[in-house]
Amino acid sequence: MATTLTVNGTSHEVDLPDEVPLLWALRDALNLTGTKFGCGVAACGACTVHIDGEAVRSCQVPVGDVWGEVTTIEGLGTPDALHRLQQAWVDHQVAQCGYCQSGQIMQAAALLAETPNPTDDDIDAAMNGNLCRCGTYPRIRAAIKSAAQGA
Amino acid sequence: MSRIGKIARRTFLFGAVAVAGGAAFGAWYVTRPAPNPLKPGEGEASLNAFVLIDGEGVTLVAPRAEMGQGTMTTWAALIAEEMDLAWEDVRVIHGPPAQAYYNSALMGEGQTHKGYDASAFQHSLGEMMGIMGKVFSMQVTGGSTAMKDGYERMRVTGAAAREMLKTAAAKRLNVGVVELRTENGAVIAPDGTSIPYTDLAAEAAEVEPPRIELRERSEWRLLGTSLPRVDMLGKSTGTAQFGIDTRLPGMRFAAVRRSPTRGGMKSYDAFEAGRMPGVEKVVDLGDGLAVIATNTWLAQQAVDAIEVEWDPAPYPESTEAMVAAVEAAFDTEPDSVLRDDGNPDRLPAGATAVEAEYRVPFLAHATMEPMNATAWFDGQHLRLWCGNQGPTFLRDACAAGAGVDPSEVEVNVTLMGGGFGRRGEFDYAVVATKVAKAMPGTPVNVTWSREEDMTHDYYRPPAIARITGAVADGAPVAFDARVASPSIAAQALKRWVGFAPGGPDKGIVDGIYNQPYGIPNYRIAGHKADVVPPLGFWRSVGASFNGFFHECFMDELAVAAGADPLEMRLKLTRDEWLPAFYALEAVRDMSGWTGKTEEGVGRGLAMVYSFGTPTAMVIEVRDVDGAVRLTDAWIAADPGVALDPSIIEAQLTGAMAYGLSAAIGEEITFAGGVVDQKNFPDYEPLRMAQMPRTQVTILENQERLNGIGEVGTPPAAPALANALFDLTGKRVRELPLNKAFDFYT
Repeated sequence: MATTLTVNGTSHEVDLPDEVPLLWALRDALNLTGTKFGCGVAACGACTVHIDGEAVRSCQVPVGDVWGEVTTIEGLGTPDALHRLQQAWVDHQVAQCGYCQSGQIMQAAALLAETPNPTDDDIDAAMNGNLCRCGTYPRIRAAIKSAAQGA
Repeated sequence: MSRIGKIARRTFLFGAVAVAGGAAFGAWYVTRPAPNPLKPGEGEASLNAFVLIDGEGVTLVAPRAEMGQGTMTTWAALIAEEMDLAWEDVRVIHGPPAQAYYNSALMGEGQTHKGYDASAFQHSLGEMMGIMGKVFSMQVTGGSTAMKDGYERMRVTGAAAREMLKTAAAKRLNVGVVELRTENGAVIAPDGTSIPYTDLAAEAAEVEPPRIELRERSEWRLLGTSLPRVDMLGKSTGTAQFGIDTRLPGMRFAAVRRSPTRGGMKSYDAFEAGRMPGVEKVVDLGDGLAVIATNTWLAQQAVDAIEVEWDPAPYPESTEAMVAAVEAAFDTEPDSVLRDDGNPDRLPAGATAVEAEYRVPFLAHATMEPMNATAWFDGQHLRLWCGNQGPTFLRDACAAGAGVDPSEVEVNVTLMGGGFGRRGEFDYAVVATKVAKAMPGTPVNVTWSREEDMTHDYYRPPAIARITGAVADGAPVAFDARVASPSIAAQALKRWVGFAPGGPDKGIVDGIYNQPYGIPNYRIAGHKADVVPPLGFWRSVGASFNGFFHECFMDELAVAAGADPLEMRLKLTRDEWLPAFYALEAVRDMSGWTGKTEEGVGRGLAMVYSFGTPTAMVIEVRDVDGAVRLTDAWIAADPGVALDPSIIEAQLTGAMAYGLSAAIGEEITFAGGVVDQKNFPDYEPLRMAQMPRTQVTILENQERLNGIGEVGTPPAAPALANALFDLTGKRVRELPLNKAFDFYT
């Protein structure tokens, strides 16, 4: 039953049935709790991670089907070495409760990788699957734009 | 009787409960300092319940729930300001549940005067009632009271700590205290030598706190500025620890499934579930089941696989039956008449009457982090980790659940992924306690699925308003409203402190009886509906629906009077209460309000006074290929003192988004006693593309500091509904609005 996952550049053996979603392998087996559980049905985006650079909802990807290298919020940057989006999040004081922000940042990182200078409409389209109950959307928009300009 | 006499009599109706309680407990109990819950270890010193110093630096206690509103940051800033700490050196913890951390502002909120018109007597009565929060160890985050509570108390706390440190330094240096000053966490000697607080703490802890005077605002360095939030780096890097992120050695994970009808269980068969992968134990909770496993998802699969037959609901089975109970409340004697100016029954000659009925549905809180708690029980001692807005109540309830004394319970309050009132309840921690009790010695992280969270909330109740009014000579001359809704406070207080105070429930009419408009014939009656599905406080509570009722009807009056809704409100607030007038002027100027909109554009205005703060809002909508798009919003609010402008702006913007979410598309319904909405696809909050551009102006025209965390919610729904009327000519009096309009997604 063991699956080998490469997460944030490190290889891990995960002893879980193949159908367990990646989210729960990350959180409960690898203790990478930066990736959040919000809905379990890909409706909120809190569990967003990258597989080979592509933003995916980790609650919908069984560990047995993970097709590439996984990057989580912990692998994007650290408090001592922030990714430029994380720096923009701090500069714009985006987070309120903060629970959705890992997913927001991972989604934004995938957006900037594909569209380095997104318009408001690009941002809306890319970020529309990521819910925020605190209503931090205006600061998310501003942070993405400033990170894009700093690129 | 004079107007003042009438107000005083009403005040005592509710105030009597707390005042009588005070006499019973005795003045000694309320004036004696609460014990300091901080137990300094080796090399640590605690100067009071909020300041802990060790060799590394100063740690401040912010014992309010950090659920996104920035309370941790501003609470700490209040202490740090007077203590002269460097902001980058400040460490902040939540601290344990304790009487010392009672909320001194919450009980005063129960007074039934209008608030904006409070006399000095009523203000001091409020402060006196606030002391009762201590008697009940009411460590509660709610009612937008954290800053009101901490504003003087925490500055005094910081100043006292500073003077203790200076006194200790004076003794050591053998100089007068007046010769010393403080800067960046150190006492500066007359010769310029700097002695860090860390070096003085042990001696300072022995000093009797001297009398202090608070600094003038002009001397503030931290307060009044936008500080970097203490929780921002963690929340931007995935390293912030929420309750759900608790990880302990040997920990197991559990999922729960409690009765969807909140009745009990008739029968269940867990044989197959017990054999599923990763499953270690099935726990009978009495009103549901839990599965303990090696992984949350495996636990979830197993608990969902169990065949259960549930008992029926102990409340009416359908939304229709519950709403019928709310309608029936109109036939009962009013629970309250908290405003009764003039005589709305006798209208001036030539007045035109207006009549309308408004309705709002049940709502869920739907915090992003589903309910969860981690519990670890060793047979005697219970340890808990979770986010909570009332940890003293939670501790006592979990102690009862475990069958131990509250002194055996350790509660670790974590960051919370949203609260909005939901985490004022402690049901999820009691469930976790029961689960952990079934596996003594093993810590268990008990996480609810989104479906469990959505169907086991304590809901914002439905409410109905029947309003008649009249206009004459271009202005409102009468506003006569009756509001029917169940009492949230009666349920919640019973869960918290074991009894519900008698008297009228202000919550039913809050946000409608206390609006600062000078309408000559103005009467507001509340009717308490006798229906009891699980109800709870939802961001802005009564004002969440009453703001909608009042401000939409004001718009109807403006239309009937042929008046511009903004000009009309300016006239009505000018002589009644100027801070509201200034808030209206501010949104007029920000939005460039002309009272006219071009084809395909609609604008709506609302101004709601809630939690002591007048908040005016203009929302602009546009027709985009037949769908309504919210393009812009302008908000002006006056909390009296703007302690942290960036946090206030975020709160106003976010609370508006929370209100717009509900206004556009949220509704909880029941069928067969079970909630129909299970997950976000059935209960769609506002998303990025729907969020309007937002501008905020913060005003400071009021004398006292007031609430900010909730005040952006009440005006959101009416400003939007009024904008939709301006755009389409269609007046919709029932939420959510997506039943009547197509919104841009």
